[in-house]
Amino acid sequence: MTIASTYEVALAMIVLGLAAWIITAQKSFAAAGGFVAYGLLLPLVWVRLGGIDVALAEAAIGGGLSGVLLLGAAARLGTTETAVVAERPGVLVRLLASVLSAFIALSLAAVVLLLPDPGPTLAPAAVENSAATGLGNPVTNVLMAFRAMDTLLEKVVLLLALIGIWSLVPDRFWGGRPGMRHEADPRGVLAFLARLLPPLGIVIGLYVLWVGADHPGGAFQGGTILAAMWLLVMMAGLMDAPPISRRWLRLTLIAGPGIFLVVGLGGLWLGNAFLAYPSAYAKPLIVAIELAMTLTVAATLGLLMAGVPERRA
Amino acid sequence: MNAAVVFGLCGAIAIGLGLYGLITNPQPLRKILAFNLLGSGAFLFFGVVARRGAAVGLGGDPVPQALVITGIVVAFAATALAVALLLRLFEMTGAATIRADTRSSPADDPEA
Repeated sequence: MTIASTYEVALAMIVLGLAAWIITAQKSFAAAGGFVAYGLLLPLVWVRLGGIDVALAEAAIGGGLSGVLLLGAAARLGTTETAVVAERPGVLVRLLASVLSAFIALSLAAVVLLLPDPGPTLAPAAVENSAATGLGNPVTNVLMAFRAMDTLLEKVVLLLALIGIWSLVPDRFWGGRPGMRHEADPRGVLAFLARLLPPLGIVIGLYVLWVGADHPGGAFQGGTILAAMWLLVMMAGLMDAPPISRRWLRLTLIAGPGIFLVVGLGGLWLGNAFLAYPSAYAKPLIVAIELAMTLTVAATLGLLMAGVPERRA
Repeated sequence: MNAAVVFGLCGAIAIGLGLYGLITNPQPLRKILAFNLLGSGAFLFFGVVARRGAAVGLGGDPVPQALVITGIVVAFAATALAVALLLRLFEMTGAATIRADTRSSPADDPEA
């Protein structure tokens, strides 16, 4: 491995500076803004660590969706801030917390410095077995085949989070539309971009899904781009959020994990194991699951962002 | 010191900062932010381990990288749920605090 370049050290310093800003900023809105910048710089770190797929996911989620979500919440809670700041714990608690945090950080730093050399790796095993699926991207292979169970459960977690959010709906709005209706100047920049970008974004999202088989990308990254396009159109007020009682919406939400589960059970039936693909059909099956999952991810992320239904259908 | 070590130390400090913010900041939203920071530091550790496992022409070990992608999705789902809970709490009580002694009076809440 090579010596760290000036660029890498400078990048680490800026990332840590932003991390300190997120914790110490006076206003929550400023802290959330810092988090967006932090989430956009982290992908650069991931690129330097050789994880392009992770960088794509981190940019889409960390910088993009989480940032928008937290900025929105900070704006809504702005009025409560001064009252809660008064509940700040005393000097002793803060001192103890800083000692504990410093101890944990130093222990972890020691772990980083003491890692075995050369590091253990499963990369040769992943490359050796890639012929079984016919996919060229080792990360997609791990996600969709070697550790498919993780990915299946992750999609279930997304669905559970959405069910959790929907269970917060006041009874009178059950089945209604999530969030507030967004209004924007129909001749403004936002509305203009919301008309201009979605066609491009949809093509890019599907492209990222398709190349994910052999190059960095995949269902999740592609689905996030599609979700971003949907959110852009909703935020510009060009389209309203759908009522959560719609059947097509609910079918879209379960399509990804549903097809994944059916294929997984099919593997059991055909004699191998749960989630084992028949090797002749591995690639078409994986692509089919990924297509369904992209749609499901886009719909789920969009609705997670839209939040609790606050209006009647 | 190579790049993996630099970013590993960066992750360790991010975890420390996140933990401090999680304990000391009374605002729930800031706790969510701090927890996300802590999580991103933990993810960086996976990146460091993946980078050190670079072999057979790959830039990193794909197994920890795939685990992190799953982790990022799950972290986002948990964040979205936490934010929704917080906004609902604010809507019902008019305050955004997790102190035990503040309760909404039934008169304020049309649902009760």
